[in-house]
Amino acid sequence: MLLGKLSFDAIPTDPIVVMTMIAMAVGGLGLVAAITYFKKWKYLWTEWFTSIDHKKLGIMYIVVSMVMLLRGFADAIMMRLQLALASGGGPGYLHPEHYDQIFTAHGVIMIFFVAMGLVVGLMNVVVPLQIGARDVAFPLLNNFSFWMFASGAAFVMLSLVLGEFAATGWLAYPPLSGIAYSPGVGVDYYIWALQISGLGTLLTGVNFFVTIIKMRAPGMKLMQMPIFTWTALCTAVLIIAAFPILAGTLAMLTADRYFGMHFFTNEAGGSPMLYVNLIWTWGHPEVYILVLPAFGAFSEIVATFSGKRLFGYKSMVYATVAITVLSFVVWVHHFFTMGAGANVNAFFGIMTMIIAIPTGVKIFSWLFTMYKGRVQLNSAMLWTLGFLVTFSIGGMTGVLMAVPPADFVVHNSLFLIAHFHNVIIGGVVFGMFAALTYWFPKMFGFKLNEKWGVASFWFWLTGFYFAFMPLYILGFMGMTRRLNTIGEGHADWQPYLLVAMFGAVLVALGILCQLIQIFVSIRDYKKNPDVSGDPWNGRTLEWATSSPAPFYNFAHLPEVHDIDTFWEEKQKGIAYQRPTAGYEEIHMPTNRSEGLIITFFISVFGFAMIWHIWWLAVAGLALAIISLIASSFNKHVDYFVPAAKVEEIENERFKQLEQFNGRG
Amino acid sequence: MRQTLLAVLSLCAMAVLLTGCGGDLVLLNSKGQIGIEQRDLIIIAFALMLLVVIPAIVMTLWFGWKYRSSNTAAEYLPDWSHSTKIEIVVWGVPCLIIGALAYLTYVTSHSLDPYKKIESSKPGIDIQVIAEPFKWVFIYPEANIATVNEVYIPDNTPVTFHITSDFTMNSFFIPQLGGQVYAMAGMKTQLNLIANEQGVFDGISANYAGHGFSKMRFKTHAVSDSDYSAWIQKVKTANTAVLDQDAIKRLTGYALQGVAEAKQAGHHSDETPDPVEYFSSVEPDLFQKVVNKYMVANHAHAEHGQPEQEEGAVAATPAHADMAGMDMAGGH
Repeated sequence: MLLGKLSFDAIPTDPIVVMTMIAMAVGGLGLVAAITYFKKWKYLWTEWFTSIDHKKLGIMYIVVSMVMLLRGFADAIMMRLQLALASGGGPGYLHPEHYDQIFTAHGVIMIFFVAMGLVVGLMNVVVPLQIGARDVAFPLLNNFSFWMFASGAAFVMLSLVLGEFAATGWLAYPPLSGIAYSPGVGVDYYIWALQISGLGTLLTGVNFFVTIIKMRAPGMKLMQMPIFTWTALCTAVLIIAAFPILAGTLAMLTADRYFGMHFFTNEAGGSPMLYVNLIWTWGHPEVYILVLPAFGAFSEIVATFSGKRLFGYKSMVYATVAITVLSFVVWVHHFFTMGAGANVNAFFGIMTMIIAIPTGVKIFSWLFTMYKGRVQLNSAMLWTLGFLVTFSIGGMTGVLMAVPPADFVVHNSLFLIAHFHNVIIGGVVFGMFAALTYWFPKMFGFKLNEKWGVASFWFWLTGFYFAFMPLYILGFMGMTRRLNTIGEGHADWQPYLLVAMFGAVLVALGILCQLIQIFVSIRDYKKNPDVSGDPWNGRTLEWATSSPAPFYNFAHLPEVHDIDTFWEEKQKGIAYQRPTAGYEEIHMPTNRSEGLIITFFISVFGFAMIWHIWWLAVAGLALAIISLIASSFNKHVDYFVPAAKVEEIENERFKQLEQFNGRG
Repeated sequence: MRQTLLAVLSLCAMAVLLTGCGGDLVLLNSKGQIGIEQRDLIIIAFALMLLVVIPAIVMTLWFGWKYRSSNTAAEYLPDWSHSTKIEIVVWGVPCLIIGALAYLTYVTSHSLDPYKKIESSKPGIDIQVIAEPFKWVFIYPEANIATVNEVYIPDNTPVTFHITSDFTMNSFFIPQLGGQVYAMAGMKTQLNLIANEQGVFDGISANYAGHGFSKMRFKTHAVSDSDYSAWIQKVKTANTAVLDQDAIKRLTGYALQGVAEAKQAGHHSDETPDPVEYFSSVEPDLFQKVVNKYMVANHAHAEHGQPEQEEGAVAATPAHADMAGMDMAGGH
């Protein structure tokens, strides 16, 4: 009773899971031991965990996302291996109870804890610098959002060693996700992981919306914002509009599961299709929440490395806004096959394909940015070119599925799987990797190793095509998604499943190259320093400050008169100017631990809810509310950096700049 | 014009088939009129989109190479960022292509509406389909027989499948004949198909429905009229089994219990499809009873005073089909 549903039975005995548990335990203990041995706990606590600095929070988002990428990819390769082994008609090595959890976890992790984490992390690192601000509008909230995200990720990992994860597919359609068909804790892990991280994401949306609207540098009009900031603004709007739908939908599913209600059950007037409609009303905008910032990053990268202004800035902005609005009126294209009438299907099909117009405009604008430019074919630019080719193909297959009668035959098939990996890997993942390469020096003060970056790109690109082109074909061969075994009579599927497996191995090598790249870059950081703060001859404000940027970002707030402010200043020879009237003291927020503490209590609440430990749930929620109220009485929330201190830091910066220019 | 286009495209498709891919691309090798029209639609849509996608890919590689930084001979215009002509083209061309696709979408959404009865000189047949846990039950109301995991249809005869589910959501799909429609508990959906040729076609559930979902496979036999009648007779005389609500309960409980037990024991649940079963007669209105099973507690009929629609009437007009669809989404 005291422990709810929790007992020793909750620890899995499957040998594959046990091996993973042991590996995770050894790795985790090793990490804790290392931190203790090197006496880094205090440093981590004061400099990182309690930091409200958007740049550090951004880095922490990216670190968590990269760890989750490894987990999500491990799931992927297990799935490919299962189907490769089962392609001869046999049972493979994973029984369905395990396999079904793996494809669910893969989807949840890759979308919520890899793609979302990278996008939000990047927005954190870049947006305040690009608009010439000193931090986000609500720095403590930002820290809280990060911890909520990390807590959600932790729940997904915990489900591996305690209990089970949902075996419902990544959107947990009822009635399968209802208590009648999924009585275990798997769906509860799913619900609470997404509720907790989703609340963090929603608050991030609010935070960045306010930051971009209210905290732009003097003179920066909306139509002078860098494109990445524009896409971040649109993403924030989408988050604010879409995430409450997710929260509400999950809350209703929770009510069904915990209180015996009937929102989405088969019985008693419940409507599972209502859930499907609601979840996609969130889910489709979510796709654009992910891809818009990737589009923004490509825009910055292609302009910088073509040494040229972005072609058609206004078209880009209008296209971004158009996509933002349209993304809310297309959700039914995820289930044309529910039996809606021809007019309903035609409407949603046509709205969907209309999105292809602004997206096409964007692609051509990037192409004409390269046109008559000086394109540096470095790894960031290779990711961009790979994106342009891959995304065009993925967009095409997507528009095909927007035609309802065509969708009737490829819906839920491996063709669909190939399509959305085509746009998410080709768009979001390539975009995030390009962006990380591009902004890495701004985060850490040195560049990433080029050689390993290029190697990683080629493995990822070829791996992607080997892994997913066969899936398009398999879709046409009538293979549906989420199959665990394929039975007799499909020997002709086997070669394609084996090629897809090979592709996954190539992607694994790509990821390995990235790990080596990070290791080599850190080892040789003195060889690739970014002394000037402007390693790529950049165009926007983030390159005007040092790398890594000082905690206050800008000693004096820049004045903006143009789209590519920093580029213009460099052209006119007025960049790097020091204030004539001397430095002033800077008002900054202090580091605070409340975000972490409140999240901890909310996580206790979530854990207790998953396992039905009611007394602990009440205690966790009460303590979360109490600590939230207590935090509002904390008066030590800000301080002033003395002018002398600012001057000291800036003097050091300009000394380095002079040395650098003298050498160069 | 359309003929020429189709001829060219089918040649391209054949080239792909012959060179690129081994194996049977069943969606391109449709044996039913609906599937053939859907295939043509896919090919036309691809062709239209390639008009813009191929130039985009070529330009990516061409611009990336021609304007590479080491090629100092190429023109360099760092401040050139606007051209009204180009902007008109990059907005205009996608608009035209999407305009054409949108027209195609509107027309085919109606002509290939799964609820639309297929016109034919031969009278059609109705088959009721129930998705049971990890198997399919087919009821032939006219012949008053039922089967598990096997369906026979006469060739060149319009078939109307009336579909529901008795557990989670599934999708009823015979890839080689044409599109799919969801099977949902408490709701009725429809799918109209026709087989242009005789043959045996795979049928599946195309929506993940739980741990036993991979085994929800069945064979669709499209046969001549006389073979069809003979098969009906065979089922009628095979045994004296009656498909009634008790039989349904047995089919349902057994499968779910099997999965649960396998999970408890930690070994593979059986992944081979359940064996074909025949029932020589069927309890009257059984299909409707399975649908209603999920409505009873709600007293749906009493509250709304809405008589259950005649199934034939649902598909009578496209406008009506819309309403039926929305009702399904809303769940009465």
